[in-house]
Amino acid sequence: MAIFYVNKERVDVGKGVPTDTPLLWILRDSLNLTGTKYGCGMALCGACTVHIDGQPVRSCRTPLSSIKQGAEVTTIEGLATKEGKALQAAWQTLDVPQCGYCQSGQIMSAAALLARNKHPTDADIDEAMAGNVCRCATYVRIRAAIKDAGKRLPA
Amino acid sequence: MNPLRVEPDSTGRRTFLKASAALGAGLTLAIFDVDADAQATKAANAGAEFAPNAFLRIASDNSVTVIVKHVELGQGTYTGLPMLVADELDAAWSQVRVEGAPADAKRYANLFWGGSQGTGGSTAMANSFEQYRQAGAAARAMLVGAAAERWKVAPQSIAVKNGIVSSGGKKATFGELAAAAAKQAVPASPALKDAKDFVYIGKGAPRTDSKAKSAGTATYTQDVKLPEMLTAVVAHPPRFGAKVKHFDASAVEKVPGVRYVVQIPSGIAVVATNFWTAKSARDQLKVEWNDDTGFKYSSTDIMAEFKRLAAKPGTIARNDGDAAAAIDKAARKLEAAYEFPYLAHAAMEPMNCVVRLDADRCEVWNGEQAQTGDQAAIAAAVSLKPEQVFIHQLFAGGSFGRRGNPQSDYVVEAASIAKEIGKRGVPVKLVWTREDDMRAGYYRPAYYHVLRAGLDAQGNVAGWQHRIVGQSILTGTAFESMLVKNGVDATSVEGAASLPYAIADLQVDLHTAQIGVPVQWWRSVGHTHTAYSTETFVDELAAAAAKDPVEFRRTLLANKSKHLSVLELAAAKAGWGQPLAAGKPGDKRARGIAVHESFNTAVAQVVEVTVRADNTFRVDRVVCAVNCGLAVNPDNVRAQMEGGIGYGLSAALYGAITIKDGGAAQSNFHDYRVLRINEMPPVDVHIVPSTDKPTGVGEPGVPPIAPAVANALAAATGKRLRVLPLSLST
Repeated sequence: MAIFYVNKERVDVGKGVPTDTPLLWILRDSLNLTGTKYGCGMALCGACTVHIDGQPVRSCRTPLSSIKQGAEVTTIEGLATKEGKALQAAWQTLDVPQCGYCQSGQIMSAAALLARNKHPTDADIDEAMAGNVCRCATYVRIRAAIKDAGKRLPA
Repeated sequence: MNPLRVEPDSTGRRTFLKASAALGAGLTLAIFDVDADAQATKAANAGAEFAPNAFLRIASDNSVTVIVKHVELGQGTYTGLPMLVADELDAAWSQVRVEGAPADAKRYANLFWGGSQGTGGSTAMANSFEQYRQAGAAARAMLVGAAAERWKVAPQSIAVKNGIVSSGGKKATFGELAAAAAKQAVPASPALKDAKDFVYIGKGAPRTDSKAKSAGTATYTQDVKLPEMLTAVVAHPPRFGAKVKHFDASAVEKVPGVRYVVQIPSGIAVVATNFWTAKSARDQLKVEWNDDTGFKYSSTDIMAEFKRLAAKPGTIARNDGDAAAAIDKAARKLEAAYEFPYLAHAAMEPMNCVVRLDADRCEVWNGEQAQTGDQAAIAAAVSLKPEQVFIHQLFAGGSFGRRGNPQSDYVVEAASIAKEIGKRGVPVKLVWTREDDMRAGYYRPAYYHVLRAGLDAQGNVAGWQHRIVGQSILTGTAFESMLVKNGVDATSVEGAASLPYAIADLQVDLHTAQIGVPVQWWRSVGHTHTAYSTETFVDELAAAAAKDPVEFRRTLLANKSKHLSVLELAAAKAGWGQPLAAGKPGDKRARGIAVHESFNTAVAQVVEVTVRADNTFRVDRVVCAVNCGLAVNPDNVRAQMEGGIGYGLSAALYGAITIKDGGAAQSNFHDYRVLRINEMPPVDVHIVPSTDKPTGVGEPGVPPIAPAVANALAAATGKRLRVLPLSLST
């Protein structure tokens, strides 16, 4: 039986679950963790971004079969790092979201960026965030909020 | 703690209950968010509630719940309309809650739409401005009346500030006065504040939805989960208008978790216990399509037909003086033809809808943009009355027009599936994949424009002829009687027939082509193409007259104060006329400007571009000036300009749905490319101070960006781009 962890909770996957089922739909349909969004199903838009062992991945193209035994999956609901909290605070201060549908994925990608680079430049941000589409084009504020969150973090 | 178990077939109630027990209260709240919260709030408020009108409730817990009649699809209406109530009520912003209104045109009609409820045309703030202020003012007067009785003081002695009612040393919260206020007579026309007394209007308030949208707890249609709910994915025909000829469900019906495979008018629906099962089964389904009724042409055929039509005069949309004669006599003549592709809305949340059908009622969960039309269409599809269709409002993950479909396409599809499976009371969630969404049609129509103009010896415009060819968006919709006059669909020519420039001899005519590609309004509608052709052509005239583009426009706009206000402001803030910093060796840098009014809001944008030696280019910066009357929530006006620029730039740089063999050639974000963060320029937004009534801001930021970019590219390279999307290399 496949066993991994989602937001620190152990998840046991039964044998009958098709192994090609993407993690996204396990999260959304089976675990009711709907903060992670479906946008494209092809790892093109980033709305489904979660962390596996701290690394940002597109859960829509992460089949069950590829999840390592004991892997730690973190979704927006379980994002508790100081980077994540700083980003959520900055997102609210700057009123980043419009429709908001992509923002869980944006924050998950940004949290992974800040975890390795607290003070990213515009170029760093563009590189780390180019896989996350926002059709409301809140990009100007995403950039500003990532920098703002960086400043909120202890040096 | 027990582990969570994921088993096949494991959506639905049993897993929900198990997961709840294991995960604890924090996560269960997120599951039924909207419904549970709203119901819990209602239950808690029952009996102690003060609801003076359809737009707000004040509960004994001191919360002020504003019922917003428009859908929140990113434009900020869940903040803007509550600000109106809170301001007149003198509520504290922290006590304000928001609830989406049910479908009920009697109470929640869009006042600009003749009794129909819905969101669009950048009307939410403009049509609600006085209505929602009056709602707040009425509640305030009743709270004051209740306090005056309780304290036996004159109402004039009572002050209300930041959610506290006071007189002398006496104080009360709204919650403490709610029950008594409910017994006061509702004032018919309560006095509204003077603008100088506004506390939120014109100053701003934080978005009410930022917290939930940053925490993943905002509930969209995609997130709805109801007991026993099934998920449906539909096989649609590749060609628009084709029908099912034959299908073989035998293989997929056996797939564990698949419950129904049913034919509906729009295709074959596979209904299963979860999305992945439904989608995988749908992909294996064998369907043979009857193409007899299907569309058979391609984009090249369509554009060829448009060009053929453009050779002859069309139906007159505007005729001032004698444009043809004026151009004939002119010292110089210019002509340009423009091609615009179909555009998909491509909202982040693909279309979806949840329907629960019972014998005498149909409940719908949707990010609902067109309540009245959708109620009627659903009722017709399931043989009920419109008032038996109940719609729960949810956040919409974008729309850009798409969720207010003129034929109610996806909501009717969901209702048809619920009807066809014949399982009363079982909720069905229709989910479109990105590919389904991209290929479903209802695009911004393709257009062909021809512009002709003359210049006299002094370089003044002498005659302007504008011919537009394309499909009608409004024919066959509820708006037809209002907005299609004498064969002219107002949305085909808006922005062209309303050309603001002082040109005595001016003609605009239209050919409406019948093409079997479903079309629909797309953020800023007709202005998406008319702003492009008019603003690039006027720029071309300025260049031909050897005049500065801003100066040339300023002369022609002498009597258009709204346009002038943004033209001057944008030019000043952008440093128009001052030299641009040089780029790298081999780069060419230049500015371009465009000004356009849409939805009664004028916007000017100045763009700076860098064109590289290999003919690729980058938009470096955008300076935007907007005149939207009184800017109720200035930061949201800025946000909508930023977003409108990004949305318009996405289409300008990449947007094209090409029709091939009667269907869309594109399917997902790899072949329908959209703007990403690395392509988003910095944007400076400047708001023209105004005390006029507020006008819309959701759409007007879009139209000027494409022509401003094209004008900058022309300034840099001398090349005039007349085919969208923009490319210097073809």
